[in-house]
Amino acid sequence: MQLYLPIAEIPVNIFVILAMGAAVGFVSGMFGIGGGFLMTPLLIFIGITPAVAVASVASHIAASSFSGALTYWRRRAIDPALAAVLLCGGTIGTALGVWTFTLLRSLGQLDLMIALAYVVLLTTVGGLMCWEGLRAMMRVRRGIAVPMRRSGSRGWIHGLPLKMRFKRSKIYLSVIPVVTVGAIIGFIGAVMGIGGGFILVPIMIYLLRVPTSTVIGTSMVLTLVTMLFATMLHAVTNHLVDAVLALILMIGGVTGAQFGARAGQKIRGEHLRLLLGCIILAVGIRFAIELVIRPGDLFTIRESGVAG
Amino acid sequence: MIARTSFAALGLALGMAGTVGVAHAERLIVSVSNHRVTVTPNYSGEELVLFGSVEKDASAPTHRAGYDLVVTVAGPRADMVTRRKERKFGIWINTDYRQFLQVPSYLALFANRPFDAIASPEVERRQQLGLNNVLLTQRVGPDYADVVPNDAFRSAFVRLRSEHGLYREDTSAVTFLTPTLFRTGIPLPAEVPIGTYDVEIKLFADGALLTRTETAFEIVKVGFEQFVATSARQNGFIYGLVTAAMALMTGWMASIVFRKD
Repeated sequence: MQLYLPIAEIPVNIFVILAMGAAVGFVSGMFGIGGGFLMTPLLIFIGITPAVAVASVASHIAASSFSGALTYWRRRAIDPALAAVLLCGGTIGTALGVWTFTLLRSLGQLDLMIALAYVVLLTTVGGLMCWEGLRAMMRVRRGIAVPMRRSGSRGWIHGLPLKMRFKRSKIYLSVIPVVTVGAIIGFIGAVMGIGGGFILVPIMIYLLRVPTSTVIGTSMVLTLVTMLFATMLHAVTNHLVDAVLALILMIGGVTGAQFGARAGQKIRGEHLRLLLGCIILAVGIRFAIELVIRPGDLFTIRESGVAG
Repeated sequence: MIARTSFAALGLALGMAGTVGVAHAERLIVSVSNHRVTVTPNYSGEELVLFGSVEKDASAPTHRAGYDLVVTVAGPRADMVTRRKERKFGIWINTDYRQFLQVPSYLALFANRPFDAIASPEVERRQQLGLNNVLLTQRVGPDYADVVPNDAFRSAFVRLRSEHGLYREDTSAVTFLTPTLFRTGIPLPAEVPIGTYDVEIKLFADGALLTRTETAFEIVKVGFEQFVATSARQNGFIYGLVTAAMALMTGWMASIVFRKD
């Protein structure tokens, strides 16, 4: 069934979009991530302009992270204080991100920057995760007990001033790195159309030493609020949020996520990480190939709107 | 309402044809099949029909070999930018660009036979016959001008628009049903921009312009899509709020529906 997307201004098959939402939802439910880093590229690959894809996916991620956050809230797996401090940075980062997005768009370099950002971020994160997952599997195969990498050494991060006690996470930590992390995630989220959960969770675990019990729930709260904020800003400044597209994606996404979550529980942790790493790496490489090979057409047209 | 619009447009067309026709022996009477095309959610392209006839009065020479007709359909005008990618540091990036000022977003040129056969190159250029001769104003440094047809940016612009079916040239689209009665189809692809479309019909004989007339039609989007597009542009803040609320609702519903405990 064909449907005309009002903002993207192209006709699409509604079932293709639903299936894409469900597939990405499945993956995101399986790994407990937002899935924006898969959704945005998929939309770009089917012909939606990167700008509209990034802006519309923001609201899609907001929906899926809200349903996740509600579940974690019921299980008391969210640290409200930590979430609040992260959000201070998150909102600033998002605002800066949308501003950068608008600037790059007027310069005609937005598509390139989005592609470059994906290549750098996804190949790095994906490569690290693959490596980590492979090593963990090798260790298991050799029968060596996996040591938990939460060494007791207190890094430079724990020497920073402005310390605060986060009760539910049972950590005592400076607010400076927390706000900074929130700002970085907010920024890349707004520019790239990703929730940032797949970067935020490892940072929170390894760098901020947040216990695993509260890490996913809290990161979902940050994702939820930054993505809602990004939706608002993209709607007000660039008018690029396609609500029809977003709604179809949301419906597919939240449904797929439920099945993904069940499938995820049956797979072992290190296999799951390796698999996720491979997916992330593959998307990164796909973007890299796009940049390096000679494009089918060297010319592009865009309506510039403003005269003179 | 629709009837009134088309009646007014037809009246306008007839009126114009009448005024132009005073000085000539021939005049054109034309109409399009629909003066208001509505783009609905499942719109996948449509074809309008333009038909008309050449009216001769007593002073028209009888020895004329035949009439030639050129129809130009121009959609709403907009500024556009064409960018060219170049290889820099191993990757392909946008480097050079050219601005096209107030060019038609849709442009169709139809005739009953090749433009070269209708008129001399000089007349073709003056009357803007064919995509190579249509004026596409570019910003060239501080100047505004059109450039030669084989300019890289201009030809890329025309080619890309043509690939989307938005620019087209067809020198066999106009058919004469009788020596004076003609018709042509105006294909409107799914991606047509909304707005007012001007149709200009020029009558040639023996390589010279005899008379011309104009008509117009309008493309409007109706229904939910149009409502969404308009509110996104005009009420960005409320639109954002509604989208955000929609996201929260969907997420909340999902957590209720799929609740496991």
